Amino acid sequence: MSERYLHTHDVVIVGSGLAGLRAAVETAGCLDVALISKVFPTRSHSGAAQGGIAAALGNEEPDSWEWHMFDTVKGGDYLTDQDAAEVLARDAARAVYELEHMGVPFNRNPNGTIAQRAFGGHTRHFGEAPVKRACYAADRTGRVILDTLYGQCVQRGLHVYPELSVVDLVVRDGIVCGVIALDWATAAVHVFHAKAVLLATGGFGKVFKTTSNCFANTGDGVFLVYRHGFPLQDMEFVQFHPTGIYGLGVLISEAARGEGGVLRNRHGERFMERYAPTIKDLAARDVVSRAIMKEIQEGRGIDGRDFVHLDLTHLGRERLAERLSDISSFVRIYLGIDPAHAPIPVQPTCHYMMGGISTDLHGRALDVQGRPIPGLYAAGECACVSVHGANRLGCNSLLDLVVFGRRAGQDMCARVPTMDRSPLPADAEEATRERLARLRERTQGVRPAVLRERLQREMMERCGVYRSQSGLEKALETVRGLQEEYRHSVYLDYRGDRYNTDLMEALELESLLTLGEVILVSAASRRESRGAHSREDFPQRDDHNFLHHTLVYRDEEKIRLGTKPVSITRFQPKPRVY
Amino acid sequence: MELSFKIFRYDPQVDREPRYEVYRVRAEATERVLDCLNRIKWEQDGSLSFRMSCGHGVCGSDAVRINGRCALACQTLVKDVAQAEEVLVEPLPSFRVLKDLVVDLEPFFEKVRWVQPYLVGGNHVPEKERLQSAEERKKLDQVIRCILCACCVASCPVTAENDRFLGPAPLVWAFRYIFDSRDREKEKRLRAVDTQDGAWGCRNHFECTRVCPKEIPVTKSINFIKREIEKVLR
Repeated sequence: MSERYLHTHDVVIVGSGLAGLRAAVETAGCLDVALISKVFPTRSHSGAAQGGIAAALGNEEPDSWEWHMFDTVKGGDYLTDQDAAEVLARDAARAVYELEHMGVPFNRNPNGTIAQRAFGGHTRHFGEAPVKRACYAADRTGRVILDTLYGQCVQRGLHVYPELSVVDLVVRDGIVCGVIALDWATAAVHVFHAKAVLLATGGFGKVFKTTSNCFANTGDGVFLVYRHGFPLQDMEFVQFHPTGIYGLGVLISEAARGEGGVLRNRHGERFMERYAPTIKDLAARDVVSRAIMKEIQEGRGIDGRDFVHLDLTHLGRERLAERLSDISSFVRIYLGIDPAHAPIPVQPTCHYMMGGISTDLHGRALDVQGRPIPGLYAAGECACVSVHGANRLGCNSLLDLVVFGRRAGQDMCARVPTMDRSPLPADAEEATRERLARLRERTQGVRPAVLRERLQREMMERCGVYRSQSGLEKALETVRGLQEEYRHSVYLDYRGDRYNTDLMEALELESLLTLGEVILVSAASRRESRGAHSREDFPQRDDHNFLHHTLVYRDEEKIRLGTKPVSITRFQPKPRVY
Repeated sequence: MELSFKIFRYDPQVDREPRYEVYRVRAEATERVLDCLNRIKWEQDGSLSFRMSCGHGVCGSDAVRINGRCALACQTLVKDVAQAEEVLVEPLPSFRVLKDLVVDLEPFFEKVRWVQPYLVGGNHVPEKERLQSAEERKKLDQVIRCILCACCVASCPVTAENDRFLGPAPLVWAFRYIFDSRDREKEKRLRAVDTQDGAWGCRNHFECTRVCPKEIPVTKSINFIKREIEKVLR
């Protein structure tokens, strides 16, 4: 444990999902790059993305990047920064062609071009009717892009350190100059000394009980940024995907509805017609999730229970096999149902975090005053550009990852060569060693899993699709109590060095408990309903008081809140109806 | 129901040799074996190590041997193993054990990297996408399902005897680029696997195909490579 492992690189990228890999591809030629990942690169959670990647290629019907930009802004309930949405929509076609050139096996049209399909909130003519904008490879689009970008990194000889968790940032005089990481194979503490650090550590859906997220999505990078006093942005906006497999939370892609699937209540009624008359089942995710919860609350869940049906039976076996084969297989395995013959029980599942590390359009992390933090970048779900505003549209996530992962890489290539290497503090890893020692010395108390379970239940119950002041305050009390318990009585069952997943989960739980608190504090401060943040006590959107981003940061031991203006360029806020 | 799990335990740092430990777990028939492993770790014995991540068969992390068959713990349901008196959980065979159910996958990933898992598209880069017919694309449909879980490699009788054999999954990844109509290095790729430790190492045992959690026709794909070698190189 006491041996020191020191690595020196120009840049350290933390996380090997699509954002991290795309940034790595960009920087591998111009800088000395190290990639650290908690899992092997091909096992990152980007690989679970099913439906597709959005780009107005117009391969199937007329489309334009401006419509895409509008949908992104409207989808985000006008909290989307419009300069960011413009970058995203304008760059989308280039990004998808680039992925095709790298080898992504997109499905094809009869004329050989990339096939596209309909998705939630994708429309033509500024909301008129659904448009086919999602480029896809069956229902494993994320997985094949992940594999392709990994291949690009192999081709460039990128050095990957797999199965290392980043457990601290090294910050000296406000400059980020490295990370501390823990090697799971040996429990050795590694110090990475770098001119710049890019955090691409993904989301943190594991704060909630029912989630489509993987076990590794615990928001480690986001937590570290917050712990060092840097701000997080829009943390109250948590997306619940309408169609998680009942009880499990495993995702059934929106592509299922894009291909013609229909949601039905206990009477067999296609209820989305009542909530979104124009585009029905293809309304934005927050709208559909709320509609499902309403149906359930009003007793129209299947058999009066807390789920509805997703009906794909009319799509035909062939189409299911060709375009929705993975989800068909999930349904067969976990429910014993053949979706060609029987409807799928679904309920909303925590899916995506719109909030995260506040960044500019070049992936540079920002401080409370909005100035770039020297040496720190963030991209992907852990970052908040903010391109998704209050609610992300389907297929904009993969796009965000490759567009802003690349931009962060470009910016590092431009700046890092002229940057000085900040000297490493002599005791860089001391705090980490102490933290690990503290966790390992207690021999009785409460197991991490117990606290995690209580956190996840509480967040699900009081901070899910619907929220209220009293619920959020109760949850805050609970979560702070759990943090207290964590500090005073969490203990490890196993104190060994090899693949100590007990220790790993205890460290991750600290992230989850902190981020849970940050979500609750942010949610309590926003007394309006906007996008995925739906307040029972404040059901209306309130542009007068809340058309701004929320910033949350730590000052000494206190949580502080701030605001940041929304960038509005082309589209003035108006009521959001589908 | 209540089940007995007999789990392989080994920490090379402290144990002289492997042992098995038995745990009793309550579980619903529709739960996953992964849920049971987690319950054991979270409630009974935190020293048990295994990998997991997505929990629904897309990341490939939690491949283990369950009752003698290599599979993903997150795709194996309790009802599928409950008939056994004791559910036996072991690490993937043919791999070096690092701790309990965690094996050293580095030699496996090294072989995947060896097949050059990236498209070589030539110098001409068009402005838009390269065209590829739906039929050409269809040839890749099954192999792009591979999640590198290594169940196939662990089950292969050839791999067990010859660690130089490239193995099923790396050959599947070779297939993925050999048969991509956009790739310009088909011949070079075919030559690379035209060896006794490459495609010809496969003896058609079909174990890989039997265990593949993504239902990829692995053996058949390797035979397609062999046929293509005969066609293009001879």
